[in-house]
Amino acid sequence: MSERFKVVYYVNQFFGQIGGEDKASMEPEVHESTVGPALGFNGLIKDSGDVVATIICGDNYFNEHKADALEKITSIIKKYNPDVFVAGPAFNAGRYGMACGEIGKYVFEQFKIPVVTGMYKENPGVDVCRQQAIIIETGDSAAAMRKALPVMAKIVTKLVNGEELGSPSEEGYIPQGTHKTVIVDKRGSQRAVDMMLARLKGQEFETEMPMPVFDRVDPAPAVKDIRKATIALVTSGGIVPVLNPDHIESASATKFGKYDISGMDGLSPKDFKTIHGGYDPVYANEDPNRVAPLDILKQYEKDGKIGKVFENYYVTTGTGTAVANSVKFGVEIGAQLKAAGVDAVILTST
Amino acid sequence: MRLELGRIFIKDIQFGSETKVSNGLLTVNKDELAELIKEDDRIKDVKLDIARPGEKVRIIPVKDVIEPRVKVGSKVQGFPGVTSAMHRVGLGRTNILYGAAVVTIGDIVGMQEGIVDMFGEGAKWTPFSKTFNLVVDITPEAGLEPHSHETAVRLAGLKASSYLAKCAENMEAEEVLVYEMDNVAENIKKYPDLPKILYVEMLISQGLLHDGFIYGVNSKEILPTLIHPNEELDGAVISGNCVAACDKITTYQHQNNSVIQDLYAKHGKELNFLGVVLTPELTTLEGKFRSCEMTANLAKMLGADGVIVSEEGYGNPDSDLLIICKKLEQEGIKTVLITDECSGQDGFSQPLADTTPEAVAVVSAGNVSHLVKLDPAEVILGNIAAIENISGGWHDSVQEDGRIFCELNAIIGATSEIGFHNVTTVLR
Repeated sequence: MSERFKVVYYVNQFFGQIGGEDKASMEPEVHESTVGPALGFNGLIKDSGDVVATIICGDNYFNEHKADALEKITSIIKKYNPDVFVAGPAFNAGRYGMACGEIGKYVFEQFKIPVVTGMYKENPGVDVCRQQAIIIETGDSAAAMRKALPVMAKIVTKLVNGEELGSPSEEGYIPQGTHKTVIVDKRGSQRAVDMMLARLKGQEFETEMPMPVFDRVDPAPAVKDIRKATIALVTSGGIVPVLNPDHIESASATKFGKYDISGMDGLSPKDFKTIHGGYDPVYANEDPNRVAPLDILKQYEKDGKIGKVFENYYVTTGTGTAVANSVKFGVEIGAQLKAAGVDAVILTST
Repeated sequence: MRLELGRIFIKDIQFGSETKVSNGLLTVNKDELAELIKEDDRIKDVKLDIARPGEKVRIIPVKDVIEPRVKVGSKVQGFPGVTSAMHRVGLGRTNILYGAAVVTIGDIVGMQEGIVDMFGEGAKWTPFSKTFNLVVDITPEAGLEPHSHETAVRLAGLKASSYLAKCAENMEAEEVLVYEMDNVAENIKKYPDLPKILYVEMLISQGLLHDGFIYGVNSKEILPTLIHPNEELDGAVISGNCVAACDKITTYQHQNNSVIQDLYAKHGKELNFLGVVLTPELTTLEGKFRSCEMTANLAKMLGADGVIVSEEGYGNPDSDLLIICKKLEQEGIKTVLITDECSGQDGFSQPLADTTPEAVAVVSAGNVSHLVKLDPAEVILGNIAAIENISGGWHDSVQEDGRIFCELNAIIGATSEIGFHNVTTVLR
């Protein structure tokens, strides 16, 4: 970059040299100068960039008037148009960390510029902005400032130059938690054989895929009287109206569909088909009820075994679908069904 | 058992009046091959094309890739139980048109097929951008039932590969690889101090376009089975799997199974390679429990110290992979797993659909949802619209300028779970 890059820097009332706890309720102020750590930081990037403004805000003010604070910060960002936003470092200060985290996440999402901050690994602000900001790992007190700033400066410079960051341990940041796909020298089978020999010899080795830890969802209480219940049909089996009007993907779905089945006795192969890429489609296309058993549910309704079948069914494709998306779909569909007075769901998967 | 693989290096392919190899040039009699393929009356027409490394050619949707090979000095040729009657393989001399490949293409039920780009960004992600490819596009007879269609295409590719290699039967090989090992008992006696390693190769066995074949038997119908590595290297295992292009094991990759090759390279030196167990990935819980239990039993019976387990596909087979791992680790048998991950386009999601704490040694073959932008091609062999229905493609994957935005899911061999490719993920 031939132009010098611009930084807007955020600090709290203490690091902004306004005051201590007594000043924690101060409203955000902007200074076209470098204050506190912003001064040291500015010195470290002087070859290619400048801190064009420092925002100072009270930790209590931010946490108690979040919407107002973010509005003010939005107008500051718009005015100065920085290439990167830097906050903290907050070390282990909880309220400061939360402020850096919330603001950092907000700025990243609204303005799509890189955000860099610094925190001790146990600061609650880490989980707030881990995926959006690069959080360099600091010690737990301000004594760690001298070590933290150069690391932040180095990462900021790389990011504005569009350079890829190395591993968290190499660069000194807290892992964001993403798995980045890269091409390496050794093929996978060779790495597997090497890993096996290392294990057998009792040597150190590093797994390439630490095992995921799943959360658990408590089941809802049982339906009291099923004969009066409204039952909704939901499927991850990819059964959609034949034209797939919402273009639900055959794998790695990024959306779900909601379709009206109120007048139907079942899912007719003339009107519905499967777009799911993970199973032999022939039998599902012959009779979509095999995957999404609307016919049985409607029969139960006629026979009085259930109260009624909900007028819509929901569908997505379950193969290769990222867990994060699955959680999103579940929460949204659940909210809609609950609002509509549905009592229970038959959820089919393949 | 001793198998010699003789490599005849192929440096170009052309169409010509006679099928032969001369100075690295494979010439193909297009009409003769087309006639041979059309002997199957399920096939109405066939189109043959050539795609060379570096050419701006995109091949889509790919069904299988096969390496052309011929058995030297044998009346019986072809893939046992598939294109020829059941016969013994894994020994003697097999000549290979090394650097060439047959690539079959075409929509069957419009899903689950893949891309091979011979150039640009896409070429990095598939091994078949480096082979000289004879592309076989089958048009089925009207109204052909999908299962028959799949069979016809599969057999056509295998037959084409044998046809090409026939001319090399009596040629001098430029390089000969020897795969030789004694039986299990002899090996244990010979190498008492070397760790005994078993390779468990999981095969997707979940229905049309999602199957493997062992001596012609659909993998859905098998129990976990011990075979000699030479059998797989010599044509006993072929692909009927077009699911998730990124990690399906093509017939070419069975013929050149990289785990087998890399274990063999260290056999008798750093390890004692016991053999290969083929394990079906079934769709029922009962089937899964049976496959996993019997696989673990075989490993225990053979006295394995370590087991490398490779998966095919993702999603429900992740459970089988981890159940096998858990059963082995709990008996003190060390495992290394090779699998890919479905971590979402942003890489933040959990990699597998299941988890078990015993899986402490895992090789990642990459994130299937990693996004790539493929450069515009000058020539499309096949049907570009198929990208909408491929795993990893979507409704507007094809850009106006001809670029394709898609996931690695869509690219043949990109996240090979037999570790054929050199891709991985790193934590950031």
